[in-house]
Amino acid sequence: MLEYARWKYILVSLVLVIALVFALPNVFGSDLALTVATKDHTDVTQDGAKSVEDFLKSKSIPFKGADIEGGRLIVRFDTVAQQYQARDAVAEQFKDKYISALYYAPRTPAFLRKLGLRPMSLGLDLRGGLSLLYQVDINSAVTQLLDGYAQDARKVLAAAKIPYKDVSQVAVDSDRPNAVRVVLAPEADVDAARKALAQTFQDTKVSTESLASGSAITAALTPAQIRQRQDYAIQQNITTLRNRVNELGVSEPSVTRQGLDRINVELPGVLNSAEVKDLLGRTATLEFRMNDETHSATEAKLTGRVPLGSKLYTNTRMGVPILLKREVIATGDQLTSATSSSGQEGPQVDIKLDSRAGDAMLKATRANVGHHMGVVLIEKRRETIDVDGKKVTRDVTDEQVINDATIQGVFGNQFRIVGLGAGEARDLALLLRSGSLATVIYLVQEQAIGPQLGAKNIASGVLALEIGMAGVFLFMALYYKVFGLIADLVLLANVVLLTALLSMMHATLSLPGIAGILLTVGMAVDANVLIYERIREELRKGVSPQAAIRAGFEKAFSAIADSNITTLIAGVVLWVFGTGPIRNFAIVLTLGIATSMFTALMGSRAVITLLYGGRRKVAHLPI
Amino acid sequence: MATRKVWYTLSVVLMITSFALLYFRGLNLAIDFTGGVTAQASFSQAPNVDAVRSKLEQAGFRDPQVQLSGSSRDVAIRLPPTGQNVNEIRAKLEEALKSVDASAQLSNPDVRGPQVGGELKTSAIWALSFTLVLIFLYLAFRFHTWRLSFGAILAVLHDPILVLGWFALSQTPFDLAVVAAILAVVGYSLNDTVVVFDRIRERFESNRRLQPDIALDQSINQTLSRTIMTKVVTSIVVVALLILGGAALKGFSEALMIGILAGTYSSIYISSAIALDCGLTAEHIFPTVKKTAVDHLP
Repeated sequence: MLEYARWKYILVSLVLVIALVFALPNVFGSDLALTVATKDHTDVTQDGAKSVEDFLKSKSIPFKGADIEGGRLIVRFDTVAQQYQARDAVAEQFKDKYISALYYAPRTPAFLRKLGLRPMSLGLDLRGGLSLLYQVDINSAVTQLLDGYAQDARKVLAAAKIPYKDVSQVAVDSDRPNAVRVVLAPEADVDAARKALAQTFQDTKVSTESLASGSAITAALTPAQIRQRQDYAIQQNITTLRNRVNELGVSEPSVTRQGLDRINVELPGVLNSAEVKDLLGRTATLEFRMNDETHSATEAKLTGRVPLGSKLYTNTRMGVPILLKREVIATGDQLTSATSSSGQEGPQVDIKLDSRAGDAMLKATRANVGHHMGVVLIEKRRETIDVDGKKVTRDVTDEQVINDATIQGVFGNQFRIVGLGAGEARDLALLLRSGSLATVIYLVQEQAIGPQLGAKNIASGVLALEIGMAGVFLFMALYYKVFGLIADLVLLANVVLLTALLSMMHATLSLPGIAGILLTVGMAVDANVLIYERIREELRKGVSPQAAIRAGFEKAFSAIADSNITTLIAGVVLWVFGTGPIRNFAIVLTLGIATSMFTALMGSRAVITLLYGGRRKVAHLPI
Repeated sequence: MATRKVWYTLSVVLMITSFALLYFRGLNLAIDFTGGVTAQASFSQAPNVDAVRSKLEQAGFRDPQVQLSGSSRDVAIRLPPTGQNVNEIRAKLEEALKSVDASAQLSNPDVRGPQVGGELKTSAIWALSFTLVLIFLYLAFRFHTWRLSFGAILAVLHDPILVLGWFALSQTPFDLAVVAAILAVVGYSLNDTVVVFDRIRERFESNRRLQPDIALDQSINQTLSRTIMTKVVTSIVVVALLILGGAALKGFSEALMIGILAGTYSSIYISSAIALDCGLTAEHIFPTVKKTAVDHLP
């Protein structure tokens, strides 16, 4: 007699039903499509959609359908040629209004989408797109932190009236600056200084030493602090990049950390990299400062003598040099919203500040009605130049006064900046809105995969897999007869389960992922083969069919478990340590081992017991 | 087991050949690892991609990849590293493109170092080493002896080396998909080895006095039908990929094919033989519980 607990039957059926539901969205395939999103981030309106449709009709570019989903218009096409034609035409016609990107629009029916069910997304190698790998300058993040400490130290010492000679960044047991050193004047009281600085240097390792030039207090960052600061810089940059990427209106973008100091940005369907790279890599921020009206900027420029407390800007939109007070009223980091619009004076950026900056602005404008305030745009970039034939990269900071306007009235946290071009206003609003990058990032790798290649990859890969699987199914059925068919059923269930899990996790399937599926199928077949060969062995020994089945499962178990767990170890390690394609492979492999063990051990047991179990007499097994 | 000296010799010869090929011929590393040149070009009308490619080859660029990109008139060009500087590359590219279409516009080519690929290699090697250590420990725990673990690890190292040797010989481009395939090969090979080990454990369990070499031979023979069956089934898929999978999957399926052959061979002839030569006996897997002279009575 062969039996299998009822709860196990229920479990197997339940898991299969759930898996079928989650795997379902994948069977509908996808359409070649174009997504059209508005540049100013509002939803595409019905009228807007109609204008795009009418335009395509007028250009006689055929399309299958167009509907608005999640605020974006999705236009579906039959051929790649039509999709491309439409993209070029729409990009040209609606240059100022819409951003468009190539897209594989899933054909998932609406009721499934409403349930939140989505098909697996395909990796860039399968559907084309742009992959950008950025390096974050984590060392400058540490330098910035040290700058902060140094500034605070200067303020504290000045307030406590302790004379000092110098506050500077130094490297302590390191090849990079990791400490701030305060060199006191000879007459200064070291203990008083230490006491005064205690609050500022709270978390650091403080040491005092006597130098020839006077006593010095050194505050060194701990390795943990440095790491924390670097992590913070990367996290902040990821957030900013994510914001900017979202502004691009691309569907399913991904921004992920890679390794210690890299950020990988993947933009499916985007192929013109110049515009994207320009926008993503920019570090722009604003500073609002009062104009120094008591001195002449022209004179300062001529004599080279800049009045104390002011800064001379020669690069200005107005074409004349400007002197601005050193004191910053507010910066771009303090704003809560920035949108571009067009007003009476042309394109403008409407700005809202947070309450602290709003208060400062209120105070400043109240005292300065009728005076001028300057807006400085600060951009950092990294450039490579040839120095004596050698390539040298250096960081460049561009500062430009974009606006110097008379304060008409008192204002607080809401105001606008005028005097910009249309494109400029939009870009500035976007950059301000997405936040500034914590440190400079620079592109180390860029990859553009054409969708044709992607489509070809999918088509040939899928065809090969289908034929291969069909061959496997046929072979198993021929070799193991009815048991072979059961194995085929179980294999199919395994693929369904794996697909469901990957869809549930919103995992991305790429070429290495397909390798993982292949390995999993191999492992699942192997588990079945192990069991069947064992059953055959038992039968040869003359054991009764039902006892042979039981012994087959029992004896094969340790081999299946040990071999799968060994592979699982490899999968998990690669999942944790791997990056990019290797990680993708590992995810699929790890999940696949779990599903194949479940289907081979429980699924096939359930089916076989259902067929040959119970009290019925089985004289012969078709194996 | 009697013939194992022959198989050891064969493996050693194959591995030395592989190392020699790797050293003298090297791998044909794909752009994933080597870095290279990327550039965008736009034409006044849709260009013939193949014509562009052959013009670039005539201009002396090895393996140029040309794809449509962005629109039907824009192409993306990728070249393996050439050792020339940006300006030389630009001039040569421009000349080649102008010969296809006089109005061709070339973007500034980007030249990338192999830095990222190098880091990928180090992280992969770390991950692999860590995996091997964990597997060694797991098998030692499950089979109560380091001898089998040692055999498994050597067999597992053996297979990727042969695959690498094949790639050095055939000069098939070695890309990231091949790395994934090699990882899969390691998985398969381990799987085979562990199945044989499991049978060895069972043989010893049923008869502790069994001669180790006989037990090993029996285990391998009894699992042979399963080994062949599984390999045939997996090979069906891999052969389908090899024939129909297209250029993108060529390296991948080649690596799997060679790896499966090597893995089958190593798990039959190498892994258990090594355990035997390390002195494996039934005692190691099932240690006799020593009766202590001191009893627990008060």
